Amino acid sequence: MKVNLTIDNIAVSVDEGSTILEAAKQVSIHIPTLCYHEDLCVAGNCRVCVVEQTGTNRLLPSCAMPVSEGMDIHTNSLKVRAARKQVVELLISEHNAECTRCYKNGKCELQELSSEYILGDNGFIDLIPFKKYTIDNFSPSIIKDDSKCIRCQRCVRTCTELQSISALTVAHKGKEMKISSFYDKPMYEVVCTNCGQCVNRCPTGALTEKIYIDQVWEAICAEDKHVVVQTAPAVRVALGEALGMEPGEIITGKLVSALRRLGFSAVLDTDFTADLTIIEEGNELLQRLTKVLKDGDTSVKLPMTTSCSPGWVKFIEHTFPEYLDNVSTAKSPQQMFGALAKTFYAEKLKIEPENIVSVSIMPCTAKKFEADRPEMQSSGYKDVDFVLTTRELALMIKQAGIDFLSLPDDEYDSIMGQSTGAGVIFGATGGVMEAALRTAYEVVTGREVPFKNLEVTPVRGMEEVKEATIKLENVLPKWDFLEGVELKTCVTHGLTNAKKVMEAVKSGEANYHFIEVMACPGGCLGGGGQPIPTNLQIRQKRTEAIYQEDRLKAIRKSHENPEVQKIYEEFLKEPLGAMSHELLHTHYTVRNRQ
Amino acid sequence: MEKKHLKRLDLIFKNEHDTEEILAKVLAKKNEEIINDLIISGLKGRGGAGYPTGLKWKLTAEEESDEKYVICNADEGEPGTFKDREILSAVPHKVLTGMAVCARVTGAKQGFIYLRGEYKFLVPELEKAIAAFHNLLATLNLDFSVSVFIGSGAYICGEESALFESMEGKRGEPRNKPPFPTQKGYKAKPTVINNVETLAHTYSIFKYGPEKFHDLGVKDSHGSKVFSVSGDTPIPGIYELEFGMTLQKFVDDFADGDAKAVQVGGASGFCVPRKRFEKTVIGYQGTLTGPSLPTGGSMMIFNSSRSMYNVLHNYLDFFVEESCGQCTPCRVGTQQLLLGIQAVKKGEKPSLYLDKLLSLAETMRVTAKCGLGQSVANSFSSIVENFREEMIY
Ligand SMILES: Cc1cc2nc3c(=O)[nH]c(=O)nc-3n(C[C@H](O)[C@H](O)[C@H](O)COP(=O)(O)O)c2cc1C
Ligand code: SF4
Ligand code: SF4
Ligand code: SF4
Ligand code: SF4
Ligand code: FES
Repeated sequence: MKVNLTIDNIAVSVDEGSTILEAAKQVSIHIPTLCYHEDLCVAGNCRVCVVEQTGTNRLLPSCAMPVSEGMDIHTNSLKVRAARKQVVELLISEHNAECTRCYKNGKCELQELSSEYILGDNGFIDLIPFKKYTIDNFSPSIIKDDSKCIRCQRCVRTCTELQSISALTVAHKGKEMKISSFYDKPMYEVVCTNCGQCVNRCPTGALTEKIYIDQVWEAICAEDKHVVVQTAPAVRVALGEALGMEPGEIITGKLVSALRRLGFSAVLDTDFTADLTIIEEGNELLQRLTKVLKDGDTSVKLPMTTSCSPGWVKFIEHTFPEYLDNVSTAKSPQQMFGALAKTFYAEKLKIEPENIVSVSIMPCTAKKFEADRPEMQSSGYKDVDFVLTTRELALMIKQAGIDFLSLPDDEYDSIMGQSTGAGVIFGATGGVMEAALRTAYEVVTGREVPFKNLEVTPVRGMEEVKEATIKLENVLPKWDFLEGVELKTCVTHGLTNAKKVMEAVKSGEANYHFIEVMACPGGCLGGGGQPIPTNLQIRQKRTEAIYQEDRLKAIRKSHENPEVQKIYEEFLKEPLGAMSHELLHTHYTVRNRQ
Repeated sequence: MEKKHLKRLDLIFKNEHDTEEILAKVLAKKNEEIINDLIISGLKGRGGAGYPTGLKWKLTAEEESDEKYVICNADEGEPGTFKDREILSAVPHKVLTGMAVCARVTGAKQGFIYLRGEYKFLVPELEKAIAAFHNLLATLNLDFSVSVFIGSGAYICGEESALFESMEGKRGEPRNKPPFPTQKGYKAKPTVINNVETLAHTYSIFKYGPEKFHDLGVKDSHGSKVFSVSGDTPIPGIYELEFGMTLQKFVDDFADGDAKAVQVGGASGFCVPRKRFEKTVIGYQGTLTGPSLPTGGSMMIFNSSRSMYNVLHNYLDFFVEESCGQCTPCRVGTQQLLLGIQAVKKGEKPSLYLDKLLSLAETMRVTAKCGLGQSVANSFSSIVENFREEMIY
């Protein structure tokens, strides 16, 4: 049913149940918001979105108020402007507004709003001296600065609704009300998975990633250091957004150019180790299937889950520790890369590993934590020295004065720079599954995976839980025990969905062989280190770009990557072999549940 | 103290021991008739907002749902009020009868009494009354049961939607409205939530008929009201009075002869100075009551020895603590009002700053999310406007 109303004297007709904010958007009227976020349920607590309804004394929160027939709404009346200005003034009075020192300077929703309402110096009393705000900067991934918090609760809703973690909650009431963790402990001590989804949705500088830009500049400028940089698949479809481009533009060539201009010694690709991950993880899956289905070995666990999302790994360590043996032991592409950079690569280029600084550009904040895990030193050094988010890289590019838009395209260095379409799609939810199927199916049957253009469409897209069953027929003799077996796979993204899947596994209701989990909505392309803002539309644009990049690749199956084939010949010898075991596989830790 | 200008009533607290008879009588009526009686009686909610009770039941009855709830709001958090406590301990059967009839009318099977944490001591007696009442319902074939839910202790949990949140095990924060409780209340199911006193009044209506109730009081404010009288009075306590009295009459009866102001409706209510006593009538549509007055009928009298600055300071202290803190105008606005009057008093801000604060209070009234933040302006503006010199010197 349609509802008719007028907004600023413009007639609008919208579906029943729409909010005033949605109706206004339809006629291109912008109403400012702070607590509202498209990905989250409506909170209605900041009150900057208030509008006036003719005949009603109280103003209405447009984000929360459903339309009704005949409403006459004014979004910019004197009364609205006066109220909105005071609300912004109140927020600022409680806020440590030191914009010139703030990471969010120029990218902050509160700052932007205040710039529209010239507040002047006739404001309210500064409340900062009365507050005992603290900064939690102990985590390797996330910094929480309460003095910049406007209590919009976007982070709380993110952590609860999208991730089912509730590491962040609201504590206390009245003037003491704040965003807090369990017993107000530092973030690194609680169940936080470092996924950074809250960071992606925080409108201010209250939640940010820990920045390692200066350390990376130092390494680049040090004479005796060979600084290698790897770039994750999802970065190449999002970095442009932070540098003035529209969502969904593929900028791989410019990305490589920019990194070279920044002064990295070698520009390499995480996609290469994504392909390698497929080989190791795919073989691990086949090995598990062999042990369970052929040898009847009950100590081996199925379903196997992916392990490349460090947010997911930390989640399962906290929440389903009894399933740690189900997690693939294969390291994530980032960590495989790190381990090889200071061994294989160092040998090849005859550089002392201690002189190699390994940097990664990631769409992710949890990767910072992952790189810091004590077990991630199999090269004998810290395998990955510094992890930068897509946002940090964008800032470095700005600092260096590079005009990104006019950069020419460039190619990755070799070795460890070549990749396939299978490696690229790691950046989207369903990508690891699709890449694994492209390889595993062929290993078992000798034929290509039976989907047009190798596109395993059932595992693609934004649906919460995707299932695909693939029947194995006419298998090669070595795999005869798999003849007729229906391989049951499941793909999910966002930890709330992951929790549902794991609960179904636990209850016995779900019976999968292989589960792909990405901690972030949409997969890595929706990662916590990606350009802000994020919403479904933006994530869809990035997804399209990723699949486009896959289509354009000459080679689209991991096992056909020539560099991957070569590294097995020259260095690793065989998948799951002794060398792989030492460098490319890992183990997990049971963690507390708070 | 034998001044008897005001008509003191004894409807609510009179214990008539005729529950069974009354209940059987009402339940014999059709739902529509019961609702109609309530509408005719003119009964309005006694929890503060003054919403017509018959209409509330009607709207809930009309909602389609397999599950509905009836909740008695006994959170009574307003400082200085304890009338709901008295009603629940003296005449619990009246409240329970109201709930049961409401359940029949709306189709609810389950009811709760949300009891203020500090009133825990009432539980044993209340449980006894509930058990006896359940037995009675069994004989009447009414499938309805009541349990007691002990509140969390925060004032804001008396606000209906925060109360539901708290019952659902969440943080007591008011929700957006709409949806209203009649549509989506406890567990997102249609819910009638009524104040203790409101429910007790329904009993009198069932017993004496809607017309009798309607005849009491004045235009738009029918029946009687239980007031908690405190402050500078020789006879503090609980009084059931008819609506429609002037404040002058009230002061004549209750004050110590030196009243300079009366705070009607507690911290969220209005302050009336002496010069307006004669013109001010107590009732929902009187010159005073705002759209949402979360008051339990508190009447606080101040004599000329009182500093109205201190009075306001106390109220603001209360709000600064008891705001749930979720919405900007209330969380920050209350702090600014408090610090603001302190700064003016100390001379750190010019007296004109009071005007900025008055405009802030007005912004809070029109932008805050719930009744708490919206009604801070009631006491703030009425005290600052009427006692401006006391704020400055
Ligand atoms: C801050 C705040 C506190 C409230 N506290 C109470 C309370 O303690 N008891 C109560 O009955 N109503 C309280 N109310 C009003 C309730 O929200 C609700 O309107 C009332 O319970 C409805 O019952 P009635 O229609 O019988 O008045 C409060 C409202 C607000 C905004
Ligand atoms: S969070 Fe925003 S408003 Fe606050 S200091 Fe940073 S940029 Fe400025
Ligand atoms: S930390 Fe950020 S997202 Fe969370 S409440 Fe504060 S301002 Fe909002
Ligand atoms: S990083 Fe992720 S898990 Fe940690 S608080 Fe933020 S949303 Fe929650
Ligand atoms: S007005 Fe106050 S109590 Fe009500 S929701 Fe806002 S902050 Fe909470
Ligand atoms: S955006 Fe509507 S209240 Fe915050």
